[in-house]
Amino acid sequence: MNARVLPYVLILPVTLFLCLFFLYPFVLVSQQAFSSDAGWSLENFREVVSYWKFPISMQNTLLLAAAVVPVQLALALLMATMVNKMQKGRDIVLYIWTIPLGISDLAAGIIWLAIFEQSGFLNSMMNGLGIVDQPVNFLSYTHPGIVFLAIALAEIWRATAIMLVILVAGIGLIPKEYYEAAEVFGASPWKRFTRITLPMLRPSLQTALVLRVILAFEIFAVVAALGGTLFPVLMGETYAYQFDLLDSGAAAAMALIILGISIAFTLVILRVLRVPKGATI
Amino acid sequence: MSVISKLAGAASGFAMACAAVAVQADVLFWSTQAKPVEEAQAMREQVLSGAGDKIDYQPNDGGPWLTRLQAELQAGSGSIGVLGALHGDFSAMNPDDLVDLDALGVGAASDTFNSLAQLGTDKSQYIPWMQASYIMAANKEALPYLPEGADIDALTYDQLIEWAANVHEGTGSPKFGFPAGPKGLKHRFFQGYLYPSYTNGVVRTFASPEAVTAWEKFAELWEHTNPASTNFSFLQEQLLSGDAWIVFDHTSRLAQAFNERPDDFVAFPAPAGPAGRGFMPVIAGVAIPKTAPDMDAAKDLVKYMLSPETQIATLRATSFFPVVDVELPDDLPPSVQAAGAAVAKMSGAPDANPGLLPAGLGDKGGDFNRIYVDTFERIILARQPIEAVLEDQKKRLAAIMDQTGAPCWAPDAPSEGACPVE
Repeated sequence: MNARVLPYVLILPVTLFLCLFFLYPFVLVSQQAFSSDAGWSLENFREVVSYWKFPISMQNTLLLAAAVVPVQLALALLMATMVNKMQKGRDIVLYIWTIPLGISDLAAGIIWLAIFEQSGFLNSMMNGLGIVDQPVNFLSYTHPGIVFLAIALAEIWRATAIMLVILVAGIGLIPKEYYEAAEVFGASPWKRFTRITLPMLRPSLQTALVLRVILAFEIFAVVAALGGTLFPVLMGETYAYQFDLLDSGAAAAMALIILGISIAFTLVILRVLRVPKGATI
Repeated sequence: MSVISKLAGAASGFAMACAAVAVQADVLFWSTQAKPVEEAQAMREQVLSGAGDKIDYQPNDGGPWLTRLQAELQAGSGSIGVLGALHGDFSAMNPDDLVDLDALGVGAASDTFNSLAQLGTDKSQYIPWMQASYIMAANKEALPYLPEGADIDALTYDQLIEWAANVHEGTGSPKFGFPAGPKGLKHRFFQGYLYPSYTNGVVRTFASPEAVTAWEKFAELWEHTNPASTNFSFLQEQLLSGDAWIVFDHTSRLAQAFNERPDDFVAFPAPAGPAGRGFMPVIAGVAIPKTAPDMDAAKDLVKYMLSPETQIATLRATSFFPVVDVELPDDLPPSVQAAGAAVAKMSGAPDANPGLLPAGLGDKGGDFNRIYVDTFERIILARQPIEAVLEDQKKRLAAIMDQTGAPCWAPDAPSEGACPVE
């Protein structure tokens, strides 16, 4: 086949797929968000933004992302470097670390619920060790901090692996020569990490962060399992508009707001971690 | 391709073809009720096995239930034969999408139920199918803590608070359980129990001084409520685990506790306030969407669901009571006996103040419920000042009533036009 045409033919299936299952629904959702009984309007946006829970859910979503993503980034970097140094058993460790990735997020939420519940594992353990006399109820409205912590822990446990996988692949691509040269000049391991690994890892970091941040704004099932209505987040409110209030217009408006935030953060990450033109590894 | 995989492919293709044919012939009963696996199985094996046609009973959550139904209605053709859902699910629909069922000649014994089933038109849009209510239940260990002179079958809210306080003091932990979880039916407690008992209304009296008292009392009760209640949705679980000793919930959400350990729990009527003993029925109905593939088979199924034998089988399967006049047998499950007695005492009480389900709200039913849930979350969980919250929420409630034009329903005094929030 003609070499000029071939790339386009190869991306055709995925383009069609995205147009049909992403672009087309996206257009429909935008239509829904911007229309009301009286034709085009911003009524749906006004309604969702003026609701008293909107600022709280926005704040919760952003706080959670701000708490979870940096921890995950640090952990994923640490784990990726460790895996990279391993001579034996690398694949097994990698498989084990990525198990949480194969579990649905609702299941992950339920696993952590079983730990933190009033009659859960943590309480039985503390009771057995004699730390508490009676089960403590961690996930209640009286302890908002613990609810936040439990959700953050569950998210870190569940979704660090997705960054890990991308970073492991990225580290593998860094040529060994750089490290050898650095060692010859007596650079410490920490210096090698900050001066070689991190800069060379930029493209992978970019991908990992973009993916992870977008997913952080879409957090839903883990929160629903652990926090119920105690910890409103944007995605949970969207669900409530669609299925409890049967208000598709408002749900579409919420979805577009989440999309807007995701795009804004993606642009920031792309800009901050951009790879200068002409610089390749 | 090996011979074996070819054979396997042929076999699976054949199996799929058979399944497709079988599904075509069945009447699809698309329901939001009897969702737990045991109940769904009992519906299939004990209730629907006697129907003439083969019935494919598929229960689902409200959201997916409505999504599929709407998709079929929009497409103008579908596979759903009969719908089973709560009054509130049907009232959110456009009555034109449902087939008028007057010609079937079946209906509930209660005229109130039958007129609710017209959804504001002058024809039956669904047929009442089964009913339930909300009651109180308690662990027998809590009974010694009952306040002096209190009759468990005629409690007042003050006595309930004192009882919960005694248990709290005696055991060291709050043991009142309230279904405030994400799937809990807390809004029905406010709409059908707390407000009617204190204010003799739901909409008109939303921000009245009596409503302020009601919320103050509920805040007192909340002091002795298990704080984990915000995760409780089916109080039978907490009764069985011992996390809650005194609870309020839907009869079918308490059934498992009575069926598993009938000797450990008691069921009793909801408490009374200054304006009487407010309570509310739950009505589920059956309807036929206009896109039903086999209209005659669907109508036969609706008639079958209303026959006395089916109604009793349904009672056994789901703990929902018949809507037609039937003689109840003696060998009913413990949950049904306990709930039936409590409901009878509640409706027969001298101070009974029965309310109706919200009507005429159309697809704003969810927004209406959210007013009460939000008021609860703001006053009780976020501890915002009661008067300010009620003033603020009142505007939203008034907007919903004006938008829908829904007239008042009992116990609110009747209105001309939209029910006013006073």
